[in-house]
Amino acid sequence: MRFAPTTEQLDLRDVVRALWEDRCPPAVIRAAATDPADPSILALYRDFAELGAAGLLIDERAGGLGLDENYLVPVLIEVGRAGVPLPITETIAVAAGIAGAVGLDADLAAGNLRVACDLQVSVPAARAHSADVLLAGGWGGRGEITVLYLAGAQLEAVEAMDPAADLCRIQGAAVLHRVADPVLVEQAWNRGVLGAAAELVGLSRRMLDLTVAYVAERRQFGVPIGSFQAVKHQLASALIAVEFAAPTVARAGAALAAGDEDAGIHACTAKALASDAARQVARAAIQCHGAIAYTTEYDLHLFAKRAWFLAAAWGSAAWHRDRIAGALGLPSSGRGPTQ
Amino acid sequence: MDVTDTEAERGFRAEARAWLTANVPTDPLPSGDTAEGFRAHLDWERRLFDAGWAVVSWPAAYGGRDASLWEWLIFEEEYYRAGAPQRVTQNGIFLLAPTLFEFGTREQQDTLLPRMAAGQDLWCQGWSEPGAGSDLAAIGSRAVRDEAAGGWRLTGQKTWTTRGAFCTHLFGLFRTDPAAGRHRGLTYFLLDLDSPGVTVRGFDRFDGDEGFAEVFLTDVFVPDSGVLGGVNEGWSVAMATTGSERGLTLRSPGRFLSAADRLVALGREHGGRLTDVVRDRIAGEWMKAQAYQNFTLAQVTDIVEKRSPGARSSLNKVFWSELDISLHETALELLGPAGQWEGPWSRGFQFSLAGPIYAGTNEIQRNIIAERVLGLPRR
Ligand SMILES: Cc1cc2nc3c(=O)[nH]c(=O)nc-3n(C[C@H](O)[C@H](O)[C@H](O)COP(=O)(O)OP(=O)(O)OC[C@H]3O[C@@H](n4cnc5c(N)ncnc54)[C@H](O)[C@@H]3O)c2cc1C
Repeated sequence: MRFAPTTEQLDLRDVVRALWEDRCPPAVIRAAATDPADPSILALYRDFAELGAAGLLIDERAGGLGLDENYLVPVLIEVGRAGVPLPITETIAVAAGIAGAVGLDADLAAGNLRVACDLQVSVPAARAHSADVLLAGGWGGRGEITVLYLAGAQLEAVEAMDPAADLCRIQGAAVLHRVADPVLVEQAWNRGVLGAAAELVGLSRRMLDLTVAYVAERRQFGVPIGSFQAVKHQLASALIAVEFAAPTVARAGAALAAGDEDAGIHACTAKALASDAARQVARAAIQCHGAIAYTTEYDLHLFAKRAWFLAAAWGSAAWHRDRIAGALGLPSSGRGPTQ
Repeated sequence: MDVTDTEAERGFRAEARAWLTANVPTDPLPSGDTAEGFRAHLDWERRLFDAGWAVVSWPAAYGGRDASLWEWLIFEEEYYRAGAPQRVTQNGIFLLAPTLFEFGTREQQDTLLPRMAAGQDLWCQGWSEPGAGSDLAAIGSRAVRDEAAGGWRLTGQKTWTTRGAFCTHLFGLFRTDPAAGRHRGLTYFLLDLDSPGVTVRGFDRFDGDEGFAEVFLTDVFVPDSGVLGGVNEGWSVAMATTGSERGLTLRSPGRFLSAADRLVALGREHGGRLTDVVRDRIAGEWMKAQAYQNFTLAQVTDIVEKRSPGARSSLNKVFWSELDISLHETALELLGPAGQWEGPWSRGFQFSLAGPIYAGTNEIQRNIIAERVLGLPRR
């Protein structure tokens, strides 16, 4: 037994973290909110792909790194931490297996394709403006996934609370392929769930870091506000939530990498815990900042809104708990949570 | 115990309901925290005023209808039930006015209240400063005596001023005696934002609306008639009415009763997707709104019978602000990913997050509850 990332995994994480620290400051998220297809945002993806990370899960024969979900998780935690306004989970995790089946893997690994997902079909898709390909269907890991080409499609924006969500209803995208292989469809879903969970862990850590730094600096009543127990306890509780979600996300990655039979259950657990943790952290972070958190000039809102968005995407915490309850053999009244 | 309307209250309720039914705009107005929306809301305020509904509990001479506190609650209930617009005049009519009634001179009342009721003077609250939030007594903005001119010269900066960029007047605390203790040397001032030396910069709140402002003051002249209550008595003048902000007047039960009803309606609409868990939560939110109403009825009885709620108003503040959040969270849970789209529930959720921060943070309220209601030792 060894439950920790390898040096190699940590090295990859550090490279990705350094990239975002350098190239994806909050100003980039703000720019994406104004224009999600801004050339500077697309250039960001180029830099990421140059690390080889676009083909992280893709076979070496197709130009990928041929790595597994144990490497994916730390990378996507960094994507979350930086709030990168690109469909990275969709592209490098969800689409990897599908791309192999339809001959797009080499393009994907080379960083020439970005992918958005419309899992429930005709529900607004996130980040479609910066994507070339749309995967439609496959909600819950079932059914078939249609691969569509976005060039020439009509994108109609849907305003969202997260200004960088780039939600669109899409019409007129040309169908390239259909993938019905249940193994691939389930894998795509599980990787999406895992990716969202990993991003949520990163977002949680970012919000906590911002808050801890702020409350150590900000003084009221002649002392740092971080010296008040009411503030300390909220942040300590938030940290506890993250510290128990994070290993669960790592475990889900390991289970998917090993092809464990119960990998899907680990992914559900990871997404449920990471979503709840992120919501708790967002709430505590806003509260412990006071009014400054409630402005758009301060950065916290960018991460909080992204966290709420991801917590509700890829199945909410309640949706995943319901799945787990089912897997545990608990009888249900028959009404599942909102997808 | 008697929780039924009296004959007169029934009549009042029917009259309010009839007027609101006939007059509330059918399409929601744009957000009152934007320049355009603020103007639209002012038109609404003036309609309310013309029909005598702007400030029901005030004396008729100032534009009200001498309504009792009970009638005021009834009006609020009907107001929110009708889905009427947000009150962009609230900081004047609900926060400054009670202070003016208690501490203002007759002349201040006669000149300021009618204009406030009519939506001619629009008041914002200038308490917080960059260095003085929870620690309000740390206020550093100064007011220096100008004997020759018969008034004061104000210099400093206020921030988080709600709708400050759209208002015409500011009420705020300024330090008049820096040598006195932190709470002792403050004075409550009333000033015109058009005065020379005032600069206002609006900025965006969490939801992207320009609902906040910073107010910079450089040597701004305020005549003696702009002092509310005694010089150097600003702290006690301000504190006397913080209860209004924390509880009753700012957030009447009607607001949450109607929000709970809307949540129940949402649950019915989405019946097919309503899980047992969400069903349970909706019922829980509805019950909390009931509890808030019941608590308030008891509190109003105390006030009517001249028992001051004192620090107990902190109980209201914590309860309504946390109710507002959990109620909206429940709606977003029910809506799933669609809860993240722009809409009344996601907007309401964002606004609810500010509730535990403004009007004294909930941490401060819990300190007050622990120390002054439970009598626990102070640190
Ligand atoms: C939407 C909104 C509208 C507002 N409108 C106005 C307005 O119109 N006019 C106006 O003057 N102000 C307004 N405010 C400002 C509001 O009054 C302040 O935000 C509030 O007093 C808190 O101050 P702060 O933001 O500086 O936070 P801080 O005081 O810096 O507090 C930050 C955190 O530290 C905690 N903390 C501080 N002291 C203690 C303590 N002793 N014990 C435990 N915890 C503590 C707080 O609870 C909070 O969690 C508004 C704020 C918001 C969010």
